Amino acid sequence: MRNEWPLWEIFIRSQHGLAHKHVGSLHAPDAAMAVKNARDVYTRRNEGVSIWAVRSADVHASAPGDRDALFDPANDKVYRHPTFFPMPEEVKHL
Amino acid sequence: MYAQMVDTGVSKLEDDANLTPEERAFQARVDADIKIEARDWMPEAYRRTLIRQIQQHAHSEVVGMLPEGNWITRAPSLKRKAILMAKVQDEAGHGLYLYSAAETLGVSRDQLVADLHAGKVKYSSIFNYPTLTWADIGAIGWLVDGAAIMNQIPLCRCSYGPYARAMIRICKEESFHQRQGFDIMMSLCRGSAEQKAMAQDALNRWWWPSLMMFGPPDAESVHSAQSARWKIKLLSNDELRQRFVDQTVPQAEYLGISMPDPELRWDAEHAHYVFGPIDWAEFHDVLKGNGPCNRDRMRTRIDAWEDGAWVREAALSHAQKHAERARAAA
Repeated sequence: MRNEWPLWEIFIRSQHGLAHKHVGSLHAPDAAMAVKNARDVYTRRNEGVSIWAVRSADVHASAPGDRDALFDPANDKVYRHPTFFPMPEEVKHL
Repeated sequence: MYAQMVDTGVSKLEDDANLTPEERAFQARVDADIKIEARDWMPEAYRRTLIRQIQQHAHSEVVGMLPEGNWITRAPSLKRKAILMAKVQDEAGHGLYLYSAAETLGVSRDQLVADLHAGKVKYSSIFNYPTLTWADIGAIGWLVDGAAIMNQIPLCRCSYGPYARAMIRICKEESFHQRQGFDIMMSLCRGSAEQKAMAQDALNRWWWPSLMMFGPPDAESVHSAQSARWKIKLLSNDELRQRFVDQTVPQAEYLGISMPDPELRWDAEHAHYVFGPIDWAEFHDVLKGNGPCNRDRMRTRIDAWEDGAWVREAALSHAQKHAERARAAA
């Protein structure tokens, strides 16, 4: 509707040296308020030490219909995983 | 379960043979426990039902702040006051997680709020009862949040990804709510005779409405079969209600207070408690808007929305002015 505040996607980095992770979304009039609101909505129990807020309208997503075209080619390339190569028992440190 | 009697718009289950290829592919994904995400194709009835269900749930979290908010200024100690404020703040957060989940289905926040205010969408019947004494705050945490958890844990596995993820966050926080309620009940039951009587009185008033939270008996639940097939309802009303009774009766025994149900007894053969008939006329009457507090709750919500309109507009104007200045300076 006309006067609705824009939607923001919220990402939180937890204390354990991990990357920012998407936790949900919220409405806010601007970026500063989005960060303030995210602090109240998504970090009431020490969930994080850093907040990113990104306008939802700025997120470009792959289309569900493109799933096969994008991700199927990886299925038949099992040699990309180290477990594809059997190693002799007596050889160490590989 | 804050969502009661959600209309699926479907009067009977379609045979697999009558489904379109798209619907069949959708149902196969649901059957295989693959989560449906916001941009995936879904049947219109699934989308509409989910919007109603999540919305009812969100409104219940928000309206649920009112009976408890009633006691924040009168909490018996600073510790209890701080805890109650944290709990009420959690309920606001739960409402926000759920509104966001509903919005992924293509409905705007303002529309959701407008639906509530127009009476098009309900919130849980339980929040139309008054909180008369401090013991009611204990009873709500123990019974109402306990009943909510019973329903919400299975919903963490529901077929719609954004809803399931919101439920996981909520369930992690609800456990605190139930325990703080039981803690209040324990303090009262270990206190003076008057305090214990207060706890018993709260149990007397909240027990039956808590059982009604699970919705009508399965035999009368017309929409449950479709919702179960879509995996947005994972256990039946009666099944959840029975589990709740089985886990709660021993807790009351520990407190030394008793359920207001002369027919309540342990059935050793089936390993369940048998309980007396629920007054469904009262349930339907409360849903229709005739509970003790319906009008008061709606008035409070609408006033809050209308009184806050200038704040929302001012914040938006401020943001627009700053964005324009930044553009002019660039």
